[in-house]
Amino acid sequence: MNHPAILETKQALGELTLIAEPSQIVSLCRYLKDGEKFIRLSAVTAVDWYPALAQDGARFEVVYHLHSIERNQRLRIKCRLPGADPAIDSVTGVWRGANWYEREVYDMFGIRFLNHPNLTRILMPIDWVGHPLRKDYPKHGYKYGYGNE
Amino acid sequence: MKKPPLFEEHVASVAAVAEPPESPSAPRRMTLNMGPQHPSTHGVLRILLELEGETIVKADLDIGFLHTGIEKECEAKFYQQVVTLTDRVDYLANLSNNLCYALAVEKLLQLEIPPRAQWTRVMLVELSRIASHLVWLGTHALDIGAMTPFFYCFREREDILRIMEMFSGQRMMTSYIRVGGLALEPPRGWQHAVGKFIRAFPAKVDEYEELLDANPIWKRRTQGVGFISLEDMLDLGVTGPMVRAAGLPLDVRKNEPYSSYDKFDFNVATQNQNDVYGRYRVRMQEMRESAKIVTQALEGMPPGPFKADAPQVVLPDREKMKTQMEALIYHFKIVTEGFRVPAGEVFQCVESPRGEIGYYVVSDGTSKPYRVHMRTPSFGNLQGLPKMLEGGLIADSIAALGSMDFVLGDTDR
Repeated sequence: MNHPAILETKQALGELTLIAEPSQIVSLCRYLKDGEKFIRLSAVTAVDWYPALAQDGARFEVVYHLHSIERNQRLRIKCRLPGADPAIDSVTGVWRGANWYEREVYDMFGIRFLNHPNLTRILMPIDWVGHPLRKDYPKHGYKYGYGNE
Repeated sequence: MKKPPLFEEHVASVAAVAEPPESPSAPRRMTLNMGPQHPSTHGVLRILLELEGETIVKADLDIGFLHTGIEKECEAKFYQQVVTLTDRVDYLANLSNNLCYALAVEKLLQLEIPPRAQWTRVMLVELSRIASHLVWLGTHALDIGAMTPFFYCFREREDILRIMEMFSGQRMMTSYIRVGGLALEPPRGWQHAVGKFIRAFPAKVDEYEELLDANPIWKRRTQGVGFISLEDMLDLGVTGPMVRAAGLPLDVRKNEPYSSYDKFDFNVATQNQNDVYGRYRVRMQEMRESAKIVTQALEGMPPGPFKADAPQVVLPDREKMKTQMEALIYHFKIVTEGFRVPAGEVFQCVESPRGEIGYYVVSDGTSKPYRVHMRTPSFGNLQGLPKMLEGGLIADSIAALGSMDFVLGDTDR
């Protein structure tokens, strides 16, 4: 696999991980799908590294899990995004199935996917405040507080 | 903050977008709200159907009614406590979820699981696959109008639930597969109970097929209904029996064997009828294959311990705890502060009755998972539903919905 967007390749616990440049994610995914036969997008999710990496400008990691049926192989792509207004290009143009997964990441982490056909909340109510899976979001939400008030 | 649109407002907005009829003879579009309390949506799924007469022009799905924040909850629990949450994700295939989570954490810990535990896991997961398919068959047939199979299916499902209760003390939320092995020693006499069930079961599958296959109404309602092309399915993230009914043998059990599935002899059921009927055939065949696997596990069950030899991770036996100081200390430490998992990340997949489950577990070296993401089959499969419904008749939507066999708890988590 050779693409200018790949910054680093890691192999750990038998799983291959590519660290990629977020601005070129669509071209990388297009290359992996058409050139390397990763025709399935298994899942898209994110990890919030708050507060450890909040200062380094890489608070969020968007994680793509790809699957190639032909090569019987799985692949993980990770893109690091800053904490302030995180945004990345949508890969719905490559796999239509990315639609809901990206909406879920937007809903849970507040990461915007540019050029997404319908970037709205999917699991939480439309009028919900905050993004629940961020690490600075309290487990019981903002509405109810327990204990020390 | 934007207020959520009321249903009336949504209808008004859809009506505003929809093109006005050009002539009195042009078809008028109508928006129909189905769910979230519709009995045939198998849970709380809301579908906004745009109709032209009886034909569905557009289907919009609205999910999230059963969202319980399980992924957030996982981050606040010890690794061993998360197992009980994974039960509640997909309540018809709880053991598949237990297994997937346990395998992911074991991969991070690099634990070796004894063969007896692996084989028992396979046996129980296959039994729960049969139970899940039985619920599917019963309710799906009921939706289409055949009432009798429901009673037959639930009769056999009850037998499986009794076996589950025998093993774990629970009928549905078993939490029997734990990190490092099984929760309890398999009970005395389990061979008899499982053997009795599995010898009788293949004949029962014939019985269901007799009830349905000879029924012209069943065939008319299922054949040629709910088509979606294989390319669309792979692009949209559909997995499981849906894909196999289109002829692609995509099965994690065969492609990436886990928990010693490679030691079992079974076939991946496929069909070349990409419709509701084909999916029914695939699931019937899968029940037979699962029964084969259970029989093999029953006959070839290896002896040995049912838990890994890892005192820092696996709770000690009750007897040892009362007689050995170390066991007591380990027990206290695991219960009060959990066990530490080396930093790393892992994406583990297993084949659930509905398709591919994937658990992405990220560890930061502490005793609580840093992030658990569940790639659930129902979430992926539901994305293909609009494609299946559009262009079909509204009466067929129930058959198409049922053939997908989704669980809304699995979708919304």
